[in-house]
Amino acid sequence: MSGLGAVYRKELSDNFSSFRFVILFALIAMVSFIISYMAGVSLRENLEGVAKPKFVFLMLFNTKGALFSLVEFVAVFGPLIGLVLGFDAINGERAHGTLVKLVSQPIYRDAVINGKFLAGATTIAILVVSVVLVISGFGLTLVGVVPGVEEILRLAIYVVISIFYLSFWLGLSILFSIAFRSVATSFLASVALWIFLSFFVSMGASVLANSIAPVDKREGADPETVVANAHLKEGVSLLSPMFLYSNATATIIDPMRKTTRSLVLMGPMEQISSSRFQNPLSLGQSLVVVYPHLVALIAISLICFAVSYSIFMMQEIRT
Amino acid sequence: METQTIIQTTGLTKRYDHQMAVDHLNFQVVEGEIFGFLGPNGAGKTTTLLMLLGLSRPTEGTALVCGLDPERKAMEVKRLVGYLPENVGFYGDMDAAQSLHYIADLSGISRSEAEGRIHEVLKLVGLSEDARKKTSAFSRGMKQRLGIAEVLLKDPKVLFLDEPTLGLDPDGAVRLIELIHSLNQERRITVLLSSHHLQQVQKISHRVGIMIKGRMVAEGSIEALARDRFGVGEEKFTLEEIYMKYFQEV
Repeated sequence: MSGLGAVYRKELSDNFSSFRFVILFALIAMVSFIISYMAGVSLRENLEGVAKPKFVFLMLFNTKGALFSLVEFVAVFGPLIGLVLGFDAINGERAHGTLVKLVSQPIYRDAVINGKFLAGATTIAILVVSVVLVISGFGLTLVGVVPGVEEILRLAIYVVISIFYLSFWLGLSILFSIAFRSVATSFLASVALWIFLSFFVSMGASVLANSIAPVDKREGADPETVVANAHLKEGVSLLSPMFLYSNATATIIDPMRKTTRSLVLMGPMEQISSSRFQNPLSLGQSLVVVYPHLVALIAISLICFAVSYSIFMMQEIRT
Repeated sequence: METQTIIQTTGLTKRYDHQMAVDHLNFQVVEGEIFGFLGPNGAGKTTTLLMLLGLSRPTEGTALVCGLDPERKAMEVKRLVGYLPENVGFYGDMDAAQSLHYIADLSGISRSEAEGRIHEVLKLVGLSEDARKKTSAFSRGMKQRLGIAEVLLKDPKVLFLDEPTLGLDPDGAVRLIELIHSLNQERRITVLLSSHHLQQVQKISHRVGIMIKGRMVAEGSIEALARDRFGVGEEKFTLEEIYMKYFQEV
């Protein structure tokens, strides 16, 4: 582990003292404040007169205020944190002429990339945890409901998933910082990929689904086409890490959600019975529902880092 | 006293696609000497240094540094060898002392020990006054000195200096060469020095090697090279003339 600690400590202090981190943190703190305030206010209005609501505390995180809930906000804009922390990890050192110096010290070469990745992941973890804590504290005073054990557990799982999700983007931007010599190129490339995966894939998914299995809205559509359409749409959307993440976290945060599917075909009797017995899922069952999503998320973060690791280890370092 | 071989290469070769960067290089450097490593830009000097450090893998041939194979024992080699890369860079937001602290941390020097060492090396290179100055405000000469301070921190047995005088003013270059000379004399550090300031190199190096297009075309004391090419001793010819002669022949 020679040198890993030294690189880690230096990168961590760099992360926290850098200007871009301060700006990003201020922005995120501000937005979460606003979101949780709006969620809290609308929650208070909606819960007026309800006898004993369940899982009120978690609603702080998934109630839509004016625009979006916190969970959605992290899904859409969280990747930026990962990108900003990693886009110049390696080529920045190269540009400053410090990379050769670094690897000619008595350290293993992988200490450089591991230290950078771990420092970024630690920064992300601290950020996510503090945002969740701030909102919890804020919500406690606003709504006045104390979270139960299961709610805290669900939040903890949410935090872990979020850390992996943001680390995926961190790993991706580190990969680009290895592949591209120029800092500007690697930043633009990672932002472009972020926009593509987060916004265009879902658009493309519906276009593709509608062209392969068009659903005719006017005449009662054939159920099989509807199912095929939904399957296609979901299958393509799953290529987007954002889709994976938002499905997984929505199910974890909201115990009333029974499936990650957007379309559930039910007969009238089933519909009646399911609306009569609307009970929340237990935590274990929620986990079972999103288990494949979680595995996929963790896998892509690790694969992304592994690819950058192997490229970096093979690469010739001259400058 | 028996002199020990510090660097020994046999048939060391590096090939990039179709280009030979280093072509079956054979040379050696013995303990306690300053070896002037000369040659035009792009002759393969830096590639050779990188292979000697284990940062680049040779296509063919072997190298031994302090009796160790850098390809397999890179860590041990890097502990013994201080390498000052060409155009060395620093983290602009750190001051000289912080920069040295980071290097000390990377080299595994304890915090308590580092403080004294940093003070010592800064004094040695004449930067004691500038310890709290940001490296982004350093002049080129100061940066090279700080670079040397960084490589001295781990108390190396051997120094690889890649163009340390590049881009320095004449006065700065002379002072840097004097510093290198005193390191060699007082601390018995073996130095592999690559530089285009042939006059300065001539003053301090015990032996030189001239590398052109990946091959070592000449290796030996300046006197021996002069005799080899011109038939007379060093007094008559400067290193520059000898170098040009070899260069024209290739």
